[in-house]
Amino acid sequence: MTIEFLGKPLKNPIVLASGILGNSRDILERVYMNGCALVTMKSIGPEPRDGHKNPTVIDLGHGMINAVGLPSPGYLNMENEWLALENRSFPLIASIYGGSVHEYQMVAEYVSSKQPDFIEINISCPNSEKHGMIFGVNPVSTHEVVSAVKKVVQVPLIAKLTPQAPDIGEIARACEDAGADAICAINTAGPGMVIDIESRQPVLAFKKGGLSGPMIKPIAVRCVFDIFQAVKLPIIGLGGITTGKDAIEIIMAGARLVGIGSAVRYRGLDVFQKVADEIHQWLVEHNTCLDDIRGAAHRSIG
Amino acid sequence: MENITDQRHIMLRVEEKRRESPAFATLFFDYCLAFKPGQFIMVWIPGMDEKPYTISYHSKTRFAITIEAKGLFSRKAVSLDKGALVGIRGPFGNGFDIYPDSSAAVIAGGCGMAPLATLVEKLGKNTVFIHGARSKDYILYPDRFDIQRQFCTDDGSFGYKGFVTDLLKQQIESGRQFDHVYACGPEIMMAAVFDLCEEHHIPCQVSLERYMRCGFGVCGACVCGSQIVCKDGPVFNSTALRDMVDFNKKALLKSGKEVDLSLYFSWRCQ
Repeated sequence: MTIEFLGKPLKNPIVLASGILGNSRDILERVYMNGCALVTMKSIGPEPRDGHKNPTVIDLGHGMINAVGLPSPGYLNMENEWLALENRSFPLIASIYGGSVHEYQMVAEYVSSKQPDFIEINISCPNSEKHGMIFGVNPVSTHEVVSAVKKVVQVPLIAKLTPQAPDIGEIARACEDAGADAICAINTAGPGMVIDIESRQPVLAFKKGGLSGPMIKPIAVRCVFDIFQAVKLPIIGLGGITTGKDAIEIIMAGARLVGIGSAVRYRGLDVFQKVADEIHQWLVEHNTCLDDIRGAAHRSIG
Repeated sequence: MENITDQRHIMLRVEEKRRESPAFATLFFDYCLAFKPGQFIMVWIPGMDEKPYTISYHSKTRFAITIEAKGLFSRKAVSLDKGALVGIRGPFGNGFDIYPDSSAAVIAGGCGMAPLATLVEKLGKNTVFIHGARSKDYILYPDRFDIQRQFCTDDGSFGYKGFVTDLLKQQIESGRQFDHVYACGPEIMMAAVFDLCEEHHIPCQVSLERYMRCGFGVCGACVCGSQIVCKDGPVFNSTALRDMVDFNKKALLKSGKEVDLSLYFSWRCQ
């Protein structure tokens, strides 16, 4: 089930979503060894940032709500990690964020010099006062930040989008025009809120948080469907993908690769291999292949 | 799919508070919690923060957490009185592997006594039980257990003056055979216990502490090398420890920055 992504051969279409594990070379490698073809580091920011106080992540059963708040050592404080990643045996996406176009550019240029296989620009995180999502809901600011980053990076650039955009196809087009090489969709949905009725207050310390897991899958499928119609760029589809059939569904919406995050909670760390195996099995049973089903849901439309 | 039983918070009121010593308080809750020694819960004080704590007392109708007042959260936690509202999630983590009929040694250091308390209650009377702390005030539950305990303190204010490893070494050298050694305490102490066990080919289990967020193995805040402390641990056995290059060396700060353990612990005690 090997597949090529922006010139890079991958063992299967499974990607580790940013923000899940991804805190050290060793854990990224373990995820890779558990069947994941392409792993994403936690988003790297312009300065050291602790993230929010707890509670930051709550499981609601049908998915999670989180406001971890973009913790990062800061791009200049990760020398040991970059060193450890130099001789890695696995393909790597470095996710980055900033609070301004200038900050995005600064982080991107430096991170690019560390030679990850891809850079993912996070213009979609709902969990910070000033970072991320503000860019990803407007095509003009999206174009501005993506083109600025594209100018300074030497590796293919993936734009990670938010489902909060009123027209995600339009945002994807802005990314394509600005020189992005691929789209990753979606980041967490919402933001939502959970209130504890006994203490009468929001549970998350940040009050609001992004939704993930099975409950957002229909939003993810719709977004990937819209993006596939809007642009020619390859798409990493994610949002609630938990089983092989979920993966097939988002591939039919148009995804080339499939991201997995919250499903680690629901099926364990070997969820990557399980989903890869389930995709393979479904393809065999239906006597078909990934190339054949990608975007298949569009063909039935007149 | 795993059967997930540890979602959201269960809101409970403090039923009883016990002052263990100037340094420690235990909060009791009347609630039936499915629990295995060595597991932990996330404890939420609304409006404050949420932190991992081990269960220090457990029965079918009641459980407790014991808190050492160190930082902002723990000082607030020990100030809670009967009736205070607290949220819990969990239990999380793997817990200790227990072999009731084997010959075991339990080594506790400081507040590392808390997670071992419910374990000790499940082990046989012939268990060797060694408990150390910096001074008398930091000896938790001095009168609690049926099993005889050897005490030691750094300053000699209670029991033997010296380290828990001195006492364990004496036991081993006197010819006492152990099938299992359990340890919880400062990581440097657990590393010394582990080294001693390795030298004498005794299987060892230790319980690690790291900054945690989700508690169930997705956020990555607590990773130690390739191990996820909240999910794969917090109890790790000799096999895992041998491969854990960051054990007694490195930990992640809240930002995810990897630092030497001494720096990590000075931050955690703020």
